[in-house]
This record gives sequence, C-alpha cells and structure tokens, in this order.
Amino acid sequence: MTDADDLRERVDTLLAEHPPETTERLDFLRARFDAGLAWVHFPEGLGGLGLARGLQTAVEKQLFAAGAPNNNPWRIGIGLGMAAPTILMFGTEEQKQRYLRPLWCGEEVWCQLFSEPGAGSDLAGLATRAVLDNDTWIVNGQKVWTSSAHIADRAILVARTDPDQPKHAGLSYFLVDMHDPGVEVRPLRQITGEAEFNEVFLTDVRIPDSDRVGDVGAGWQVANGTLMNERVAIGGGAFPREFGMIGKVAETWRTRPELRTPGTHERLLELWVESEVARLTGTRLRQKLAAGTPGPEGSAMKLTFARLNQELSALEVELLGDDGLRYGDWAMTRPEIVDFTGKDAGYRYLRSKGNSIEGGTSEILRNVVSERILGLPSEHRVDKDIPWKDLPR
Amino acid sequence: MTDTPHIELGLLPDDVEQDLRASVRKALARHATPERLNALYDGTDEVSGPLWSAFTELGLAGLLVPEALGGAGASAREAAAVLEEIGRAAAPSPYLTSSVVATTALVALGDTTILPLLGSGEQTAALLVRPTALRHGPAALTTVGLPADVLLLPEGDALYAVRGATTTPVASLDMTRPLAEVHLDGAERTLVSDDAAAAIDRALLTGAGLLAAEQVGLARWSLETTIAYLKERRQFGRVVGGFQALKHRLADLYAAVEQADAAARYAAATLAADDPDAPVAVAVAASFCSEVAVHAAEEAVQLHGGLGMTWEHPAHLHLKRAKADQLLLGTPESHRQALAGLVDLPA
Repeated sequence: MTDADDLRERVDTLLAEHPPETTERLDFLRARFDAGLAWVHFPEGLGGLGLARGLQTAVEKQLFAAGAPNNNPWRIGIGLGMAAPTILMFGTEEQKQRYLRPLWCGEEVWCQLFSEPGAGSDLAGLATRAVLDNDTWIVNGQKVWTSSAHIADRAILVARTDPDQPKHAGLSYFLVDMHDPGVEVRPLRQITGEAEFNEVFLTDVRIPDSDRVGDVGAGWQVANGTLMNERVAIGGGAFPREFGMIGKVAETWRTRPELRTPGTHERLLELWVESEVARLTGTRLRQKLAAGTPGPEGSAMKLTFARLNQELSALEVELLGDDGLRYGDWAMTRPEIVDFTGKDAGYRYLRSKGNSIEGGTSEILRNVVSERILGLPSEHRVDKDIPWKDLPR
Repeated sequence: MTDTPHIELGLLPDDVEQDLRASVRKALARHATPERLNALYDGTDEVSGPLWSAFTELGLAGLLVPEALGGAGASAREAAAVLEEIGRAAAPSPYLTSSVVATTALVALGDTTILPLLGSGEQTAALLVRPTALRHGPAALTTVGLPADVLLLPEGDALYAVRGATTTPVASLDMTRPLAEVHLDGAERTLVSDDAAAAIDRALLTGAGLLAAEQVGLARWSLETTIAYLKERRQFGRVVGGFQALKHRLADLYAAVEQADAAARYAAATLAADDPDAPVAVAVAASFCSEVAVHAAEEAVQLHGGLGMTWEHPAHLHLKRAKADQLLLGTPESHRQALAGLVDLPA
C-alpha cells in the first residue's frame, strides 16, 4: 500500500471514530493530532507520521470535504510557521511533548519576540538581557513589531545571555509565558491606522531554564532556522491562479469596464503574467520542499511577492480614479488576523509597503540570496568579532 | 476568476531529462565553441553541420516523431531540455524550426512521408511564416531556420510542402539563427493537407512554448557567467562581486531566472500532457521568459564592463540571440494581448 493510500485510510478511520458533526471542535483537533494527521512530516507521537511534507495536501482536502473543523491556521500562523518547526528542530523531548499539541490545536497562540527598536535588520545586535538566577532566567528589555502579542499565550524569544561575546555568539533562544506579570503589551499603530502589531515590554520576566531552546549561546543558529521557515511561510505555498493581490485587481478590471485604459491594460497584463509566474515558482519550490527542508530559496520568493503586492495595489488605486481617493476606515483597531488583500485598495496599497520590510527587508534578502545562493562575498562586518558590550551605539 | 488547472503538473526534472541534458551539453561544448560562433558573423559556418550530425546521432531530431515512424515518441518536456541547452550555448541549430515546429505540424496532420526524413535528421523542414508570427497567418517573404530541405507553406487553410525554392541568406541581428529571403517561383509544391489551420496553430504554440526553454538557457548562462566573472574581477583592491550594488542586481536576476525556469517548465508540461491550460501557460512563458533572457543578456554585457562590449567575449552572442528570440514566434506584447482574451481581461 502506498503512503497516500495508507493516509486516506487513516483519515477515514479518524472521521469514523470522531464524526465532525457530533464531535467538539477541540476534541476533533486533538484526535487528529494524536492520529498523526496534523502535519504528516512531523514524527510519530508529535502529530505526524514521518512522511513526506507533500502528502499533507491530500489530507487537508479529504478532511475539508468531510466538513471537519480546522485549527484556524491564519490565527496561529506564527506558532505553525515558526515556533513549531523550531521546537521540532532544536527543542528537548519535554518541550516537544508539552508545546506542540496545544500549539497545533490552537489552544495556545504564539507570538515572536525578536525585533527591537535598536535591532531590526541587524537582529543579532539585540539588547534584551537574560540573566540566569539558579535555574531561572530573568529577562529585561523591549521588543517591537510583535503581531498577535495581544492574544498570545506563549512567545519565542531571542535574548542576550553573554554581552562579553561577539554579538552572534552571546544569544540564547527561549519559550516565554506571555501571561507572566512582567510582560506588558501595548498596541503599535501603523501606516494603515490600525494596530496589528505591538510593542512588548519585558520587566523581570521569569523563564525556567527548561524553556531554553538549544544551548546557551546558540540562539542565533536556532533563530535562523526559524527565519528560514518564516520566509518560506510568506513566500511559498500552493495557491490557485489569481490568488491574492492580482485577484483583487483582476476583479476590479472585470467588474468596472468604464475604468479601463490602454496604459493600465498593458500594466495589468504584465503584472498578471508576473503573478502567475510567481505562483508557478512557488509551486515548484513546494515540490522541492516536499522532499527536503527549507533553504534560502524562499528569500527570492519573498522579494518577488513584496514587489508584486506593491505594484498591483498601486495600479488598483490609480485604476479606480476618483474612488481611489477614498479610504475605508482610519479607526484604530487591533485585528487578530491580518489579510494583506483585505479591505479596500487604499488599505492594500499602504499595508503592502510592509511586505518589503517585515520578515527581512528586501535589501537584506538580496544580501542573503547573493551570499548564500550565489556565493558572492559577504558584506564587510566590522562588528562581528568585537564583544557586544564594546560595540559603538 | 479564471480556472486553475486542477491537476498539478510536476515542475522538477527527472533522471531521463538529466541524462539527455548532459549528452546534449557535451555535444554543444564540443561543436559550438565561441570562436566558431563568432565566425558565423564573418560568413564561415563550421558549427551547424557537425552539430546537427552529433544531434542526429543522439536521436534528437526524432524526439517528437512517433515511434511508428522511426522517432522516439518523446514529449515536449524532453524537447524543452534540448532547447534549454541550445540556448545556453547560443548554438545554431534547425532543432526548433524543424524538429519542433515543422515536426509538430506534420504529426498533427498525420503525415507519414516527410516525418521519417525529419526524424532521422536526413532532412530538415521549416514552416514558412513571418518570424514574429504568433498565429497562423499569411505567408511572408522571410522565414527562420534556413537552410531547410522542405518548406512548409501555409495558404489559406492548406499546407504545402515546397522543395527547390530559392533562398537568399540575409544578414540578421542574430547570425546564430539564419534568416533568408525565400523565392517560390518555379519551386515544386505538393499538398500536405487542405485543412491545416489547427495543426499550424498547434505547431506555433508548441514552438513559442518551447522557445521559452531556450530563453531560460540563455538567461541561465548569462547569470552564471556573470557571477563567475564578478567573483574573479578585482577593482579597488577587492573582488567586485562583493559590492552591494552588483550583488543586489544579481540577486534580482537570480530570482527572475528561477521564475522563468518555472514558467518554461510549466509550459512544456502542459504541452506534453496536452493540457487545456497550454495556451495560457505558453502565453505566460513566452512573454515572461523572452524578457528575462534579454534582461539577463543585457546585465551580462553591463556587468562584464568593457569586456562585455568586445567581440572576443561570448556575451554578445547571447545578447543578439536573446534579442532576436524576443521577437520570434510572437513578441511579449502580442503574447500578453493573446492572454487578455484567454483569461478574461479584455482591453
């Protein structure tokens, strides 16, 4: 029996033993996790079956067709895309057992405490300190650009554990309880008027040493594994034709013939082609990933995705003419889910500006591509061998 | 919203393709050296003959010819691999015009007399259309892929096989793909089919879709050659490939070439599977890959500095080929206009 046949049978069994129409949502999700059908490429006992990543698609389709509830993946994207692969790759057995199931089932929402006001592209220069007191780390510092922090139960954190080491060597990686009394979350209002991100202030936050991921001082290597996954999550994936921003513009084009001009027509067709090609590139990348693990190729995908979102949303504002001058709503809200293609054209135009900044700026990603894929020389890094505490700032 | 193809076609190379690619690359390295390609511009052709013999020995001429007629009965995927290698080398070859375009038309028409000759490589054929023709249209004065033993001449819905036409070579922008003026007076013509319009369109669609693979080859050569040069070339006391202005250009070019590769593979896959999405896939690949090939060749010239402007360095061969390819079998704009009708985005 092939893996695909075996999977189909396992899904049938799950559905028979836990009929979606009579089973509580959370009970069903837990049963699905325990059946190894959460993410089939994860190991047995941790929600998977140790199979190829590409086999997941069929499981999702079969469950969707049966009306099974899902784990609301958009709400727990950081947990699924970043925390989970990191815990799997670098975590202890206890950490995997404790965290992966509630993460996948959506019982615990995760956020990411990486960026700081003084450490954006130069993430390794971050200043949040973690000091060991017996078997507990005491953490102080400020993080920023934290989406979901206001609804999060747990966080992944990179903090400085040894300021006498050069910046990359003195970092460690932790799992944080966002309900710790030392954690304060404040909304960060952005260009669109809303606050999808937060500032997070950490004051004497206590983390047991058992919630450290990887060795003390290995935080940079662990974080890099996480970031690779983030870029794949942003740039790769299986999408239908006209998914995302191009679909919005194409819909406007089809429903508003009075707006059409020869100039916008040519631009639309060029961007339609580029969007379709980007989609095919994502498909090919996913076919590659089905057999292996994420590498720096996701960085190139993200570059393209950011540029296309920006050009398409800009075109749509122009195409709309008078209506392009309207803006839906400047009210300060704190959304739980971010949809780059949501709301109106003006919102999309403004929100897409972040696409070339978040998750690695396009400039940094070009460095990543040229150095790690193309093998060109690294940027001069005058700070990389100096103890972090001696760096000019 | 337009339909998404519901079956996902594989976009990764398999072992058969890798082996084929390796043997084609070896033949090209032996016969299509930059010196011999340069000589084409001075009127000396020491490439085409030996290269075609080598291709024939490898069975490439008959890849798309059915097995019953002595061919390999292979698919557009394998033909795309051959064309990508031809593009890398910027080599002159009747492969696209004879073994892909003319062969596809004749296969679609059920021909059994000309195909065996084409499949064995004994003779070559060319479809007599304007070089930039996107679709079946009136015959014009020039064609591509000459010299050809057989010219396939569309007239109305009919297709004739013409032998003994007078051809006068012309100086072309890209001498690795010869152009000629064709004079049909006194040539012998035989009717192949009086209902050939669909077959001709299929041949041109296949040609445009697989030309995209050649363009990927051109682009990849330009990217790789430029990276290798920038890792060696030193100015201001350092390797110039370490300057961020150049690194970022190459990162963008890499992304574009990877995308072109995915687009060309998808086009070839739809043609191989006779998938109804093929017209969209070809319009996408043809318009995108032709622009990436030109851009890559232009970047190669610029980033090689003065060397890129010399006759000695092969960058010029790839630039000329890429620019000519951009117009061949439909300009990017004409493919995008065709796409507008296919995906319901009318002007």
